[in-house]
Amino acid sequence: MRVTQGCFSFLPDLTDEQIAAQVQYCLDKGWAVNIEFTDDPHPRNTYWDMWGLPMFDLRDAAGIMKELADCRRVYGDRYIRISGFDSGHGWESVRISFIVNRPREEPGFRLDRSEAAGRNLRYATHSYAADRPEGERYADQ
Amino acid sequence: MNIQQSMTVRGKDRYKSGVMEYKRMGYWEPNYEPKDTDVIALFRVTPQDGVDPTEACAAVAGESSTATWTVVWTDRLTAAEKYRAKCYRVDPVPNSPGSYFAYIAYDLDLFEPGSISNLTASIIGNVFGFKPLKALRLEDMRLPVAYVKTFQGPATGIVVERERLDKFGRPLLGATVKPKLGLSGRNYGRVVYEALKGGLDFTKDDENINSQPFMHWRERFLYCMEAVNRAQAATGEIKGTYLNVTAATMEDMYERAEFAHELGSNIVMIDLVIGYTAIQSMAKWARKNDMILHLHRAGHSTYTRQRSHGVSFRLIAKWMRLAGVDHIHAGTVVGKLEGDPNTTRGYYDICREDFNPMQLEHGVFFDQNWASLNKLMPVASGGIHAGQMHQLLDLLGEDVVLQFGGGTIGHPRGIQAGATANRVALEAMILARNEGRDYVHEGPEILAKAAQTCTPLREALDVWKDVTFNYESTDAPDFVPTPSMAV
Repeated sequence: MRVTQGCFSFLPDLTDEQIAAQVQYCLDKGWAVNIEFTDDPHPRNTYWDMWGLPMFDLRDAAGIMKELADCRRVYGDRYIRISGFDSGHGWESVRISFIVNRPREEPGFRLDRSEAAGRNLRYATHSYAADRPEGERYADQ
Repeated sequence: MNIQQSMTVRGKDRYKSGVMEYKRMGYWEPNYEPKDTDVIALFRVTPQDGVDPTEACAAVAGESSTATWTVVWTDRLTAAEKYRAKCYRVDPVPNSPGSYFAYIAYDLDLFEPGSISNLTASIIGNVFGFKPLKALRLEDMRLPVAYVKTFQGPATGIVVERERLDKFGRPLLGATVKPKLGLSGRNYGRVVYEALKGGLDFTKDDENINSQPFMHWRERFLYCMEAVNRAQAATGEIKGTYLNVTAATMEDMYERAEFAHELGSNIVMIDLVIGYTAIQSMAKWARKNDMILHLHRAGHSTYTRQRSHGVSFRLIAKWMRLAGVDHIHAGTVVGKLEGDPNTTRGYYDICREDFNPMQLEHGVFFDQNWASLNKLMPVASGGIHAGQMHQLLDLLGEDVVLQFGGGTIGHPRGIQAGATANRVALEAMILARNEGRDYVHEGPEILAKAAQTCTPLREALDVWKDVTFNYESTDAPDFVPTPSMAV
């Protein structure tokens, strides 16, 4: 399966040149670019690990692409996303977010159902990757 | 035409029994300077033949505040001058002989805090049936910050909605389940699952899907939530479906909303026809229950569409932002329903900006400060398709839900393919825009290129390439921008 979170998951994986153009767009808007990674892409997993702090003072896409390359070297077997953060009043949140790296195999999710009163069901989305301990989830890839 | 002096009769003559012209009773005060705390309303007044325009406008001020048809002595028991609405300016409407714009100021004490019902009972109460007028339309209102602050505002707001959904940087995509009437719960859920799995963020009940013989509401809710959860697991993305909880009574609506909440839905939906009080109640409920609240503007065209009489939709947008809904249908410009581009732009600004400057060419007559009230997500729905993606993005921006009902479900290879076509078209357009391309003009090429690696998009473009809805708008602004001359 293909996790379709983020802004561009329905397009073919972005090339580094395309990623750099999106990063430049964020920088031109005055947003802080952030690199995050995870080995559990559960849709409610909000807090991916940060590759350092958001780059508030970096104004050059090349610098961010270098950070991305470093992050890929260490965590290339995981999901990595880039986001642009707008600290302007009235927003003060993420403005754009897109996946720039994926594990080779994406095992996806199982939907668990437990029957409740009447015809009600309680649903739980189960991340197959999370069956293994953190850090070993895509180890055999 | 303007009589630039007060004609108000003062002292004891003012209270002599009998009928007195409104403009002499204190409802026409051309020298009045509106206070920062006044509510200001702008009406389009079309007096009956032979009625003095100033008198007609003063009558509107009178009938929407303290006046009755004759002098009453009991006015003298009150601070009557404060409570009288004051018409302070009357302008002829451009290119519309016989109609006048009346600016009327209302003291804040005339209104109950935080109540749209009270506000509208005054401003659009009796006065719209007043015999000396041929027609009357409320065009805009300036709501003072002091009044704005008495309202909850959108239960969730655009920013928090995006955070909850984990979707940033692009319009959200939705579809209304079709056919809107007749599907069983089981079949209905099938449409929801296919559309969400194919790439949409939301599906939606239509305004008249409540609880009918072919599908009672609990069936719909149960099957829809199965579909939402299945699609979420299949894609790893948060999905939602607007479960319409519109019902005959508040008790029924709460029961339905509670059930949606119990099932884990992140959004419920109401129709405008439930009324302002019910809408405000549901907005409070939504805030309390972490629920996004979608509003379908069912019924609004009965009073918003004609320029001469009724209420402009920009007021409905303003009132609904105060009332506290999170989504409101606000027009598509290019789709099948009424929507002049400039007027629609004005509605979108009212929903999404923290400050609206006066902009007559967009039909916005007053500066409006929203004082950090949450932003309201506009929804574009009705006759739009993937081939218009560049125009939609240009006209409507990024913080909008684009709803492709027919444009998803009508795809020749099925609902999932239709959903995928829309999502790919959208992502390709956002990518191109962010890369700095002239996406408005290059739109068709950008779509054609994306279609090379996406068969569903190619098929969608083939089917709907020639579909447009070009009709003259019935509600265009009265003011057109004058091109400025370079000197």
